[in-house]
Amino acid sequence: MAKHTLIALVENKPGVLNRVASLFRRRGFNIESIAVGHTEMPGLSRMTILVDGTAAAVEQVRKQLDKLIDVVKVTDITDESAVDRELALIKVRANPATRSEIIQIVDIFRASIVDVAADSLVVEVTGDEDKIDSLFHLLKGFGIKEIARTGRIAMTRGAAGPITVAEEKPQQKAARPKKTKGANEISNL
Amino acid sequence: MKLTGAQILCESLIKEGVEVMFGFPGGAVLPFYDVLPDYPQLRHLLVRHEQGAAHAADGYARASGRVGVCVATSGPGGTNLVTGIAGAYLDSSPVVAITGQVARPFIGKDAFQEVDITGITLPITKHNYLVMRAEDMAAVVNEAFHIASTGRPGPILIDIPRDVFIEEAEFRYPDKVNLRGYKPTIQGHPAQVKKAAKLINEAKRPLIIAGRGVIISGACPQLKELAEKGQIPVVTTLLGIGSFPQSHVLSLGMLGMHGMAHANMAVNAADLIVAIGMRFDDRATAKVSGFAPHAQIIHIDIDPAEIGKNVRADVPIVGDVKNVLEALNEQVSPQNRVDWISQIEEWQREHPSTAIRETESLLPQYVVRQIHEITRGNAIVVTGVGQNQMWAAHYFQYERPNTLISCGGLGPMGFELPAALGAKVACPEETVWCIAGDGGFQMTIQELATVVQEDLALKIAIINNRFLGMVRQWQQLFYRRRYVATPLAGPDFVKVAEAYGIAAVKVTDRLQVIPAIERAMEHQGPFLIDFVVEPEENVYPMVPPGAALAEILEQPREEVSAR
Ligand SMILES: Cc1ncc(C[n+]2csc(CCOP(=O)(O)OP(=O)(O)O)c2C)c(N)n1
Repeated sequence: MAKHTLIALVENKPGVLNRVASLFRRRGFNIESIAVGHTEMPGLSRMTILVDGTAAAVEQVRKQLDKLIDVVKVTDITDESAVDRELALIKVRANPATRSEIIQIVDIFRASIVDVAADSLVVEVTGDEDKIDSLFHLLKGFGIKEIARTGRIAMTRGAAGPITVAEEKPQQKAARPKKTKGANEISNL
Repeated sequence: MKLTGAQILCESLIKEGVEVMFGFPGGAVLPFYDVLPDYPQLRHLLVRHEQGAAHAADGYARASGRVGVCVATSGPGGTNLVTGIAGAYLDSSPVVAITGQVARPFIGKDAFQEVDITGITLPITKHNYLVMRAEDMAAVVNEAFHIASTGRPGPILIDIPRDVFIEEAEFRYPDKVNLRGYKPTIQGHPAQVKKAAKLINEAKRPLIIAGRGVIISGACPQLKELAEKGQIPVVTTLLGIGSFPQSHVLSLGMLGMHGMAHANMAVNAADLIVAIGMRFDDRATAKVSGFAPHAQIIHIDIDPAEIGKNVRADVPIVGDVKNVLEALNEQVSPQNRVDWISQIEEWQREHPSTAIRETESLLPQYVVRQIHEITRGNAIVVTGVGQNQMWAAHYFQYERPNTLISCGGLGPMGFELPAALGAKVACPEETVWCIAGDGGFQMTIQELATVVQEDLALKIAIINNRFLGMVRQWQQLFYRRRYVATPLAGPDFVKVAEAYGIAAVKVTDRLQVIPAIERAMEHQGPFLIDFVVEPEENVYPMVPPGAALAEILEQPREEVSAR
């Protein structure tokens, strides 16, 4: 069992998130986190999905996802060199006595303070999961009032090449569609 | 030219070559029904329950290889379709289900007869649509038929709000589909095909397992060529029956929980399995860890997600079965595997799985065999679920694709009659025999009215054992013979048939079997025979649930000789 990061490019249509989530539920998989946003390609959204499972099980999920008509492409980037980031907002208790200590910790983490109130501060931090967890644990001592985390987004580093979809000619209706969808790449099987 | 959504739907269905729909009206689909008389090319058959519409569309699709269409209204109409859609989904049958929905302003308000049918059918459709604008209708229908019938086929649901049927839009039927997320792999990877050919050529005890994918792909001739060239024996799954002629010397029949003993023994002894267009369902493999313990596995399927899902594959090939087999056949060298084949023949002699024991009583196996004899195998057989299904699979000899129609994946009792009706509509020239259990038949018995109203010359054989037979068999073998909730005090099926206007006879004696079947065949219209058979007859061979394929339970010898 290990955590896997899947990147799915999906049609930006109503119900797509439901189709993806429903598939995970039905096949008995737990999504650890899922983050969705627009891409540079019109009509396509990008999902970063964090899932726990054996390599074979995650590969099964990847193929099942790929079968959804609205899912254009799915890639497991777990073994690739990638940058991954999460964003968190943490509302921490603060008073005149603790405020400067909190600011110091925030600086060390290159996080920032985005709101100040009489008895609290809102800290914004980006980074990988470990960094956010560490900051969270340090701030815990002061008293956390609220926390919001985005879930992971990820991107392969320069050399790996981007995850995009090439524009293609529409399929002629009469013939059965050909062209592979990566399914026959032996490495995928 | 501006048309209403309902008119666009009809025009689009005609463009897709639809001739028949099975449906049931209601408020939300009324605007659609209202325009139907303007499109006489579209024949609408009124069923008596929407489950019947979905099974009929499925039976039509299986018998003809074309897309079957069913129609229902919103709410209860849609939910009644669900069983039929699930059956089509599990057996990869191309069905397009059209449902009405409440008008757009009411969606999400829990309006009268509002049900989220796209949500409900999400996990049992290949894809589904909610059409929110009349101008999207043509493109949706175009995509729906394309997706339903290509790649691994499957059901599609199109949900249409009442006011979208009425809204006007410009009608232009697209001649192309553009789905960047849907591009089935058709050609097998050449390197994989080469590896597979090498394994086949080197194997001592190879065995083909053929599934419904062979039939869907139209690859029966290619399968035959592979088997004959390489002298490779062929077993099939339940749904693969008909992909290879059962009279062929290399045919071993069906494998699995109720497979032929020699077929299961061959799987157990094989050193190479060539699995073609099948998905290693647990009814076929029995205990997976005990499946084909000595074999390497070549798995050919169009659906990449089937590869490695249940059983490891040593050489996977993703592609359309026909294409892959054509490529494979070029590289398979002619062989003569006399030792292997005669070993299997010996097993078959020692374990005659389809022998019928000598007895005075009326046996269901004998009934099915006589239907085969009298039709000379020239019939489409549509089964229910349970013992009748297995006897229909065992005692009729299938030579052609799509001659056995059975809902194997879902196993829904109630499939038999509406699916047989759909098959008869698809193939009016063929003799269609519906082989039903007395339990399952009562789940959709009301479709007898559809049979009469549409004048369909169906032949119906009820294997009437006064039990939910297959469940009773499990109770006998695994639950100390406690027959809880399985005895049936059925109706008089002859009187029921007559009430619907269908000619019928009851058969209680062995000697009446042949005359009754002959009479059914001679009769012009639909005909029903109530075969009152031995109540506690069991289906053998049987691999008990949880056991491996090699652990075959055969008809106890004392039972064979005692009666
Ligand atoms: C809708 C549905 N409910 C329950 C079952 C479980 N089940 C499987 S076989 C069977 C008995 C079927 O009895 P019958 O139709 O009389 O056929 P027989 O086995 O006696 O031939 C039952 C209840 C089922 N397959 N489908």
